[in-house]
Amino acid sequence: MHPCAICQRSRAQIVRPKNGQKICKACFLDVFESEIHTTIIENDIFPTRGERVAIGASGGKDSTVLASVLKTLNERYDYGVEFVLLSIDEGIHGYRDDSLETVKRNAVQYGMELSIVGYEELYGWTMDQVVDKVGRKGNCTYCGVFRRQALDRGAKRLEISHILTGHNADDVAETILMNFLRGDLPRLGRCAEIVTASSTSTMKRSKPLKYAYEKEIVLYAHHRQLDYFSTECVYSPEAFRGSARSLLKELEKVRPSSILDIVRSGEQLLYKDIGPSKKTPSVASGDPNQQSTRKQTQKQEGPRLQTVGSCKHCGYMSSQPICKACALVYSLNKSNALVEVLVTEEPS
Amino acid sequence: MAAGTIPITVELSGGLEILFNNVRKFDVELPATTADGSASNIDYLVKFLCDNKMTDPRRELFELNNTVRPGILVLINEADWELEGEGEYKLQPKDQILFISTLHGG
Repeated sequence: MHPCAICQRSRAQIVRPKNGQKICKACFLDVFESEIHTTIIENDIFPTRGERVAIGASGGKDSTVLASVLKTLNERYDYGVEFVLLSIDEGIHGYRDDSLETVKRNAVQYGMELSIVGYEELYGWTMDQVVDKVGRKGNCTYCGVFRRQALDRGAKRLEISHILTGHNADDVAETILMNFLRGDLPRLGRCAEIVTASSTSTMKRSKPLKYAYEKEIVLYAHHRQLDYFSTECVYSPEAFRGSARSLLKELEKVRPSSILDIVRSGEQLLYKDIGPSKKTPSVASGDPNQQSTRKQTQKQEGPRLQTVGSCKHCGYMSSQPICKACALVYSLNKSNALVEVLVTEEPS
Repeated sequence: MAAGTIPITVELSGGLEILFNNVRKFDVELPATTADGSASNIDYLVKFLCDNKMTDPRRELFELNNTVRPGILVLINEADWELEGEGEYKLQPKDQILFISTLHGG
């Protein structure tokens, strides 16, 4: 039996990926929570007492652990903020309807208000209908663009201007690898930031689990016996992310600290430090969650500046005359969908 | 218990149960030794489960390079398998082996 490296008494049950430390269950739960508290304090994630903050909740492991830990920490350290669970109903039968049931239970378990916004009410299309129309190739693009705006709209409806997401260290490292492989400099730095305010949105987004390993999140959920949903989206091959993920998991096996090493490296690769290049990458963007800035970098020498206007169709904030979501809806409502939209990602 | 087998309990979670006809927990009588005569370890258990229990044809979602696919956590009697010798751990009667996938959406 290995004794716990922290309390020296109990049987070690967990090997921490970040440092190889062997610790017992009680010390693990304690140290996992304290580290997230440290992340919150060091990054001033809750600057305003009395603020209402949304937690993007899917019913999966990350957002469930996030909600549970934040409830614990808010009570323990008195952040003085109020959390609201915000869920998106993409309209995917056999996936989202089940996971939403989990979120509804979580809302009761954690005593948090729950708000659900649906693609159908916002865009007139469920993802099931989108897939019927465009097929299974490229449908994730629609979902990603719709989701980002749906979270913003859901939060705005609740008069909330700060959304927390469950992105963990593995997710961030994966995205850094993907942007690195794509040569996408502007996104490379931004995807590693813990608090982001997008140029096309006044909404603040934070990732309190940014330094938490997926392994520890899953173990935390297991040892706290949290209620989460773990079925893969029925439409989600996401091939490129899958490759980055497999690579990362192989790296972790050889050297567990590599995940945080990649996150720390990503933080150093800030676009404003590197400076924009006139020769911009010509690869197509596969990550619809963030605005492409290719056009801006071609025009300017200095740090990019986007002018925020509003979409002519829906009035929602957009850097283009018509926002991406409306452009996609427009293409769906016309008969020839998909390919053209993907190519004209940046309408000029 | 049959001669030459080790009774253990296997539990699947985090989405892995989908590969096993949605069964989350079952008992297994694992042969005590492998074909070449060595004591049965976790790597052998994984192969045994793929050959005898898995209902999904996508074996690589559970087994990769003759061991558990990276990204799947293994708990041996509630302890991280890294504390017990990982795939080399020799199974004992009444062991509880839990496989948790971390690979599904958050």
